[in-house]
Amino acid sequence: MNTALVVGILAGAIMSGTSLLYATLGEIVGERGGIVNLGLEGILLIGAASGFATTAVTSSPYLGVAAAMGAGAAANLIFAYVVVSRHANQLAAGLSLMFFGIGLSALIGRPFVGALITGLPHLAVPGFASGGFATRLLSYDVLVYLALPTAAFTWWLIFRTRWGLGLRTVGESPAIAFAAGLRPQTLQYQALAFAGALSGLAGAHMSLAVTLTWADGMTGGRGFIAIALVIFAKWNPLWAVAGALLFGGAEGLQLQLQAAGADVSPFIMNMVPYLLTLLVLILWGWRRQATAPMALGRNFVGVE
Amino acid sequence: MRAKPFALVAGASLAVFAALLIAAGKDPFRAYADTLIYVFGNTYGFTELLVRMIPMLLTAVAAALPARIGLINVGAEGQLYMGAWLTTAGALAFKDEPAAILLPLLTLLGFVGGGLWALIPGLLRAFRLVNETISTLLLNYVAPLIVSYFIFGPWRSPESSSYPQSPAFSDAGRLPTFFHTRVHLGLVYALAGLIIYSLLMSRTRIGLNMRAIGGNAEAARRLGIPIIRYILVVMFVAGGVAGLAGMAEVSAIQGRLVSEVSPGYGFIGFLVSWLAGTSASGIVIMALAFALISAIGDILQITQGVPYAVVNILMALILFIVLSRRPSGRAAR
Repeated sequence: MNTALVVGILAGAIMSGTSLLYATLGEIVGERGGIVNLGLEGILLIGAASGFATTAVTSSPYLGVAAAMGAGAAANLIFAYVVVSRHANQLAAGLSLMFFGIGLSALIGRPFVGALITGLPHLAVPGFASGGFATRLLSYDVLVYLALPTAAFTWWLIFRTRWGLGLRTVGESPAIAFAAGLRPQTLQYQALAFAGALSGLAGAHMSLAVTLTWADGMTGGRGFIAIALVIFAKWNPLWAVAGALLFGGAEGLQLQLQAAGADVSPFIMNMVPYLLTLLVLILWGWRRQATAPMALGRNFVGVE
Repeated sequence: MRAKPFALVAGASLAVFAALLIAAGKDPFRAYADTLIYVFGNTYGFTELLVRMIPMLLTAVAAALPARIGLINVGAEGQLYMGAWLTTAGALAFKDEPAAILLPLLTLLGFVGGGLWALIPGLLRAFRLVNETISTLLLNYVAPLIVSYFIFGPWRSPESSSYPQSPAFSDAGRLPTFFHTRVHLGLVYALAGLIIYSLLMSRTRIGLNMRAIGGNAEAARRLGIPIIRYILVVMFVAGGVAGLAGMAEVSAIQGRLVSEVSPGYGFIGFLVSWLAGTSASGIVIMALAFALISAIGDILQITQGVPYAVVNILMALILFIVLSRRPSGRAAR
């Protein structure tokens, strides 16, 4: 194994891992409030398409990121209305959201298939901008640099603020939270809006920093991998960093092997992230469900 | 869900969808009119609706059966692909057999292919390793890759250069069609599946036990119902039924294995079953509705250059409205 390959895998791990991390953080916040959102895949697609379209029109990738966050939050609020206010089944509503995202992103992205954009610029770490491997390993778009602070911020938000305490209480028992004077539904709306913005950001990172193109269904199931990563991370934003790097690494490895012309079918290699996810869940999935928020997946209908 | 409220829901969803299409500079009303003319204007269009319904009915049964014991099988899409895959393996290996032997064999292989694929999440669930919702979803992404691996690799037909596909099935391996249309024997499989499903649930001890498990698994266990065995058998049979949909698609429609066996029939089947509240007659009505929606998607793509995927918005709108009107009771978990 030579240096170029290792650098390629590491850089790939960081790039793919970043998108996964934002998506996982978003899902963690929602699930801490007791809401499983299987529609994450749809939000990623909406984020990727609206970010790409905005960038293509305004030629500003930063506006694209902002648009993706707004669109992600807005779409997640539809989901929030259906499950929080209308008490719909969360799994069915989540899958509906996935369909909504597949359709809406195809509609948004249609005029921009094949469009060329300038993606998020790479900002080199000062002092290393001299070319060579160091540059490749130390020069990323701004969303990569913001990923760790965002994970830390999310951790702080959930575990060190009054809002986070309230949200976790709602996730464990909405009835107790209500009795303690909190407003479970308001907290869930806020959590899902925040989650939607982060997931939209994740989608934008895929289209504006990783692929630099739009294609229908381009997120390819990463939303479901992120949902599995939440379990892997024990609903803790800091563990999510490790998980995202691991799965990003699997993708980075696959891309590098393909680029190096390894004699393995690309289809077999494309299976790796899904099978790895399943393997990780098998190894310590169910046991960790004990750490899951108690009221996850249930709806709070109110207290008389 | 009764017919009149559903008509209202469908009307409201069609209106919102139309507004979105107008915003995108398309002409939804022409598309709706074109769809009606296409579907009801002549016999061919209507029979095409039936062709579309076949895999939806089968995958809906594949979702409904596990739902009755409280399992959420969102993996019919992958199970369909694996059914198509094993069918193709059989069709290529036994291409010299007569139809009387080959067709029953392919049907069996389609069933086993989908069944074994569904048995993976079944085992993971039965032994409390992984929740079946997430495992079936993940496996949906693996199955099409297996199919692609084979048609780009070992099974690649020499005639297919730019668009890889398997060699064509022998004539004996083609499922018969009726009256010079594309409606095929899979319709009989689907209807038989629905009838058996309905009788199983309402008239047999097995159905009673399944409903007991779905109602309260712990109570059912204490009654001595072997829950693990039920989980495994139900998942295998459900996957098998979805596999039949894949078998019918390759054997009757395509005549060979292609990379895109299904445009998401498995997911549609799940939603059909969910909207129908897992009732057999409801599944037929909902499948008809979704076949119509999918026809709108085709018309939009062919006449106005809108990607087929856009029609997913219409499905989602209907689901959002239905979900908002019906508080979650069963299937919550």
